Amino acid sequence: MSAGLSRQRKWPAEGVSRVPFWAYSDPEVYANEQARIFCGRSWNYVALEAEIPRPGDYKRTFIGEKPVVVARDSDGGLNAFENRCAHRGVQFCQRHLGNAPEFTCPYHQWTYDLKGNLIGVPFRRGLKKQGGMPGDFDPKEHGLRRLKVHARHGVVFASFADDVEPFAEYLGESMLALFDRVFDGRELAVLGYSRQLVPANWKLMFENIKDPYHATLLHVFLVSFGLFRADSPGKVQMDPTGRHGALLSWRGEQQKTEDHAEMKSFHEGFRLSDAQMLQPVREFPEYTVVMTTLWPNLIIQQQSNTLAMRQLVTRGPSEFELAWTFFGYATDDEAMRERRLRQANLMGPAGYVSADDSEVMKFSQAGVGPYPDAAGVMEMGGRDWQDEPHIVTEATIRSFYDYYRKVMGL
Amino acid sequence: MSAAERYVRMNARELRLELEELYAAYAGCLDEERFEDWPEFFTDDCTYKIIPRENVERGLPLATWFSEGKNGLRDRVVAIRKTMLYAPRYVRRLVSGLRVLGWEGDALAVRASYLALETLLDEPTRVFNCGEYRDRLVVVDDRLRFREKLCVFDSLLVPNSLIFPL
Repeated sequence: MSAGLSRQRKWPAEGVSRVPFWAYSDPEVYANEQARIFCGRSWNYVALEAEIPRPGDYKRTFIGEKPVVVARDSDGGLNAFENRCAHRGVQFCQRHLGNAPEFTCPYHQWTYDLKGNLIGVPFRRGLKKQGGMPGDFDPKEHGLRRLKVHARHGVVFASFADDVEPFAEYLGESMLALFDRVFDGRELAVLGYSRQLVPANWKLMFENIKDPYHATLLHVFLVSFGLFRADSPGKVQMDPTGRHGALLSWRGEQQKTEDHAEMKSFHEGFRLSDAQMLQPVREFPEYTVVMTTLWPNLIIQQQSNTLAMRQLVTRGPSEFELAWTFFGYATDDEAMRERRLRQANLMGPAGYVSADDSEVMKFSQAGVGPYPDAAGVMEMGGRDWQDEPHIVTEATIRSFYDYYRKVMGL
Repeated sequence: MSAAERYVRMNARELRLELEELYAAYAGCLDEERFEDWPEFFTDDCTYKIIPRENVERGLPLATWFSEGKNGLRDRVVAIRKTMLYAPRYVRRLVSGLRVLGWEGDALAVRASYLALETLLDEPTRVFNCGEYRDRLVVVDDRLRFREKLCVFDSLLVPNSLIFPL
């Protein structure tokens, strides 16, 4: 690349209370993120075990923008490998989910077992004593590139880095406790998928979930029904590195208070005609909402009784796919299952709440993209970061960028 | 003869004409953003879902949009008008390939392909959602209304947000 095209990017002197807008649009920054973050020392969410319960079950997914496959082998073990034939690079697996005894690349039929080992090469010995692979061609050296895999309580993570830290250490004590709160070892049941293509940089999705106070202003629906308000009790937590974060809150009473004077969007008279859409039951201890963001590609959603994994798949600097997997527990009774399906109306591409987010993220990208030299101001609740016993803060965004800058060398 | 009997006895050509008029009126109501009139196409106890085809094929129940009863539809309309944030847009619905599968008890099973085109202010018109209506209609107050309307969509990767009904 011509040196003249490559710009030296410098983070604003104010530190993590600023986010330079080039971070959302620069192709070089994006390429570095792929190498250092997604293919670096990170555990990436790839699947729920409930999606691939039987030997031969597989799921095709992505880490950053890299296509990968997660497969259960005949011993019941979990394997992850690149969805890229070791021969000529074909993305051989094309279905979201399926079952197969082995993977065969359609182009020249190189065949791999469920662990990613190369087990078949047509014409390896040639045909009629002509052609064929060289005599020293060793299939053991031409298997699929394997990833490190870790499953905890039914959730599968993978890493491109062999030296990634153990999963429990990676999450840290407080995040692990929140993880185990939803994933307590009970068998999970997948309720279904939603996928949306959001025309915004992937980090804007994390910022959105890590900033709890926007929800009390942007999400009129949440506020109107008392599901989430600035004066609801709540707090934010981070792991020691700052890369993971969580918003925790308790449901408040729905009434207009002085704190709402600023929230022009509050409609006191708004009532649901179909009240059964929102009749949550207390299911988990203490908090009614826990939104956990795990570096670098996962949001774990527990809003009342609606549970979902939101996986971020990057598609260039200004677009990402948000892949939603809604789930419950295998032991849910019919009433709980119905409740989860009804409350799912809050979330996803048509969500009463989350459609506001996908729309506003597009507005964000439309603003930051053309102004790479400007910067965002993240000073709500201070200029540094630590756990806070309230939600009127952008601390979790600052902690995210603190870690981001270290990984990216920015 | 009751209205329901009149529909049951209708010959295929007459019934098809009735349905084509109904589906054109339904699409017109939404294309013109007369959302307050939209619930009137349904029965009080209706089910309305916009559901990805992959979920249907895997037997998974999750819908991207799930409204129950006319009241559930009305809530969505209030949200569109009062609570949800979204960029200005036009959505136009084309309905084609209407297939009358026949009466099942008091309900008429109908399928049709639909195409929803979305136009945002700074972008050329795009195919937003394409799929199949899988509907059950019953006669209430002298007209056919949807007791069940499933919009089963092929367009698994939704371009950003689904705000208006299909």
